[in-house]
Amino acid sequence: MIMWDQFVSDLYLNFVKDDRWHYLTRGLRTTLIVTLFAALLGVILGFLVAIIRNAHENTGKLRFLNGLCNLYLTVIRGTPAVVQLMIIYFVIFGSVRIDKTITAIIAFGINSGAYQAEIFRSGISSIPRGQFEAGRSLGFSYRQTMVHIIMPQALRVVVPTLCNEYITLLKETSVAGYIALEDLTKGGDIIRSRTYSAFMPLIAVALIYLILVLVLTRLVSLLERRLARGFR
Amino acid sequence: MKKLVSVTLVLCMMLSLAACGSSSNVEGTAKKGVLVMATNAEFPPYEYHEGDDIVGIDAEIAAAIAQRLGCELKIEDIAFDSIIPAVVSGKADIGLAGMTVTEDRKKSVDFSDSYASSSQVVIVKEDSGITGLGDLGADSVVGVQTGTTGDIYCSDDDSIGTVERYNKGMEAVQALTQGKLDAVVIDSEPAKVFVSENPGLVILDESYTDEQYAAAIRKDNAALLNNVNQALAELKADGTLDAIVAKYISAE
Repeated sequence: MIMWDQFVSDLYLNFVKDDRWHYLTRGLRTTLIVTLFAALLGVILGFLVAIIRNAHENTGKLRFLNGLCNLYLTVIRGTPAVVQLMIIYFVIFGSVRIDKTITAIIAFGINSGAYQAEIFRSGISSIPRGQFEAGRSLGFSYRQTMVHIIMPQALRVVVPTLCNEYITLLKETSVAGYIALEDLTKGGDIIRSRTYSAFMPLIAVALIYLILVLVLTRLVSLLERRLARGFR
Repeated sequence: MKKLVSVTLVLCMMLSLAACGSSSNVEGTAKKGVLVMATNAEFPPYEYHEGDDIVGIDAEIAAAIAQRLGCELKIEDIAFDSIIPAVVSGKADIGLAGMTVTEDRKKSVDFSDSYASSSQVVIVKEDSGITGLGDLGADSVVGVQTGTTGDIYCSDDDSIGTVERYNKGMEAVQALTQGKLDAVVIDSEPAKVFVSENPGLVILDESYTDEQYAAAIRKDNAALLNNVNQALAELKADGTLDAIVAKYISAE
């Protein structure tokens, strides 16, 4: 009974008093916005990079762009996201007052783009070479072969992997506090710095992430089942 | 008679162990003969890294206290907002981190007698045109270090626009020099260091709040609290405390 009273008073102190739960809801909103737009930016970047790399592999053209893409992949995948985030905030936007949500979207978008590029490329490579040759021998151009034959099949293959990348991205945004952006994790940290209790804020933050990931995972498995239809 | 003997024995045991805070830690987290101090060594001149060591006013005061208690000092450098949890959970015996005594913090830990006083000051850019607290309007952006009293007071201050909470005071100052913030509210001593190292910054004459620094000690550890207070009183009396402060803070 004493433990229960303690639990209730801890709950009150950490979430109800001074409307502290607002830190979590506002943080959750920021986390979702950053994740969503970073994922979108990442899709665009990743798709472009994959197309360029694949075109170079198959046609030998676009050498310069291909080199640029390789550099991008090496640098972004070779450095931690939190360091990239701080470089973008404190170095690249060194002397401008820029909205931190946008900074985070740019940083995580660029970061996620590198991983998504490789996912797209692996999807394209997974389609048997015979499909490509068949398209070309039927008189399709390289572009037509890609658009009408390879891409529709490749996209079906990459969707589950892409969604896993979004789940990773969602959790990766938890370092946004490094640039004083109040995301979900930082929201929990602020509560922790007010109440000096570690348990409640951290467990609450962890639970919220877990629920988000569970929902996303569920959606992915539904999508996978839907995509598998007609291919059996 | 037997009872009296046993009570005396128990008391003796408690007192002999109490010196380094290991006694009342039934869980035995604190090691015997070692005073574990939790701090956040990003707060010059109170505590900061110099080479491999953590130095500063708090580090030296803690060393002097440990010496008087006859135990060895071990400094743990952790995040500022983890210091009180570390003291509460017994991972550290005392928290000494330029920490201001506040009513909220008193609910979690006991505080020793104050060993230094400080104030929260406002750093602005020289050319910002901000000359007083009144110039920080509803559209102002103020940077603070998460969990510091500057953060807590600014968050409750409706006249300030947005409060941006950085993990380190240094990062808030960096954002200020880059024009991302209008002002930074931080403790006066580190503020002086930051301003002297970053040309173009000034501290407003008018301070934001005035406050007292003290050591945080676990609530049920009255023995350690008494010992620390006694040591502090002795250090005050023999001038050691003033000498330590004077060593790091040059009188202006």
